[in-house]
Amino acid sequence: MEATNSQQTTAARAIDIESLQRGQKLDMANETICLEVNNFNLFYGKKQALFDVNMKIAKNRVTAFIGPSGCGKSTLLRSFNRMNDLIDSVEISGEMLLDGQDLNKPSVNVADLRRQVGMVFQKPNPFPKSIYENVAYGLRLQGINDRSTLDKVVEKSLKGAALWDEVKDRLQESAMGMSGGQQQRLVIARAIAIEPEVLLLDEPASALDPLSTLKIEELIYELKEQYTIVIVTHNMQQAARVSDYTAFMYMGELIEFGATDELFTNPAKKQTEDYITGRYG
Amino acid sequence: MVTSSQHISQQFEKELQDIRSLVLAMGGLIEQQVANAQKALLTGDSELARSVIALDEDVNDFEVRIDEECIQIIALRQPTASDLRLVAGILKTITDLERIGDESVNIARMAMNLSEKDRPKKNYRELQSMGNHILGMLRDALDAFARFDAEQAIKVAHEDQDIDSEYEGIIRQLITYMMEDPRTVTQAIDMMWSARALERIGDHASNICEHIIYLVEGKDVRHLSLEKMAEVVREGKR
Repeated sequence: MEATNSQQTTAARAIDIESLQRGQKLDMANETICLEVNNFNLFYGKKQALFDVNMKIAKNRVTAFIGPSGCGKSTLLRSFNRMNDLIDSVEISGEMLLDGQDLNKPSVNVADLRRQVGMVFQKPNPFPKSIYENVAYGLRLQGINDRSTLDKVVEKSLKGAALWDEVKDRLQESAMGMSGGQQQRLVIARAIAIEPEVLLLDEPASALDPLSTLKIEELIYELKEQYTIVIVTHNMQQAARVSDYTAFMYMGELIEFGATDELFTNPAKKQTEDYITGRYG
Repeated sequence: MVTSSQHISQQFEKELQDIRSLVLAMGGLIEQQVANAQKALLTGDSELARSVIALDEDVNDFEVRIDEECIQIIALRQPTASDLRLVAGILKTITDLERIGDESVNIARMAMNLSEKDRPKKNYRELQSMGNHILGMLRDALDAFARFDAEQAIKVAHEDQDIDSEYEGIIRQLITYMMEDPRTVTQAIDMMWSARALERIGDHASNICEHIIYLVEGKDVRHLSLEKMAEVVREGKR
């Protein structure tokens, strides 16, 4: 028995060393593609905000969008669950595929799409309800009111959002009394309660202090086991820390897209280099 | 790719310039140390040899100072891309520079030993040629650093091969001396150590070239053959 064990350990160790030596280089060619953007253009009235964007978002990975204000990163993020539909003057061309299906087809039910592609905003937006009801909200909308089912989902989601231990004794208290960092994690719990496929995070930590920010980042790291995450951030160090792939956008164009470690150590384009090192263009 | 445009933060720009200048100053000091060590060896000037040993303290101070500055920059500025590679490249470069300093101290010690003995007829001519070669190589490596010139770095790295064969030649010769006349053994051993120290300096200079290629091109060329290295740099140029 012992001999077998030690043999196994030796074998396991050999494999570990080999993979360590190789390093874990990410390659889009080895990924399952979750979202695919093909020749995507977007106009706000006459003003074009996105120019011919092409990219692939890998499943169960974190993809970060970085770029200066007004570069189109939030617009692109919002296109993934058709939040731009709410603006009348918006027109689009090109394709945006979720699991191979064009999500802009007229036949797509937008409510269903947003269940599949959840979103968390810069400012935490809890509802003026109890902590429990905030998380249960999405399920109640779907007509699920069974107490024991809701209890389970609320607990699982709050645990998933690394908030359970802090709030388990006050689930019936108002969510408005929580700290900003807790509120943001509550909103994430609300988003994952309905088990979406993709989570879109628009500057999720920009209104938070450094420790709450680290908690959110830790959470993102854990969430990617189950979800595909796309995050927009102004904080480049944050993009570097949490993401597997990074897209740099500038004036509505996708300038460079690649594995995060490569992009932050050896970017291929001068514009990317100038932006991430803080230089004049 | 190293960009020439300026940082928005002038202070950061200046800090990066400062560490570069410090490395160049340290490099200049080391060049002098190696040149004097070689001269002391060839001329039997034990005074000069002592000054080489004394200079080592300055070199060590430089290493510690640059180390501190780099750590400061990493902690306070979180450099990325070419800035990050510059800082990482410098941290490695100064380690090699400091070792070169140590090797020249070794040579100076041998010079002091040998100064008390009879000079051989050929007066260490082989060591002179190898030493000159090494000095040129070191100078070119520091030049390549100053100009961020990856192509020159490749050329310098190529020279290390010649140095290795010169070293082997010297060792063969010394073995012959020792076999012909066992009374030369003590001297020959000191010479062997000196040649060994010179050869190590060549290795460190060629390491520095690898760091330069990394910080300019973002490509890790350590442990690659010279041909492969040149190929990587050519690709970077495209």
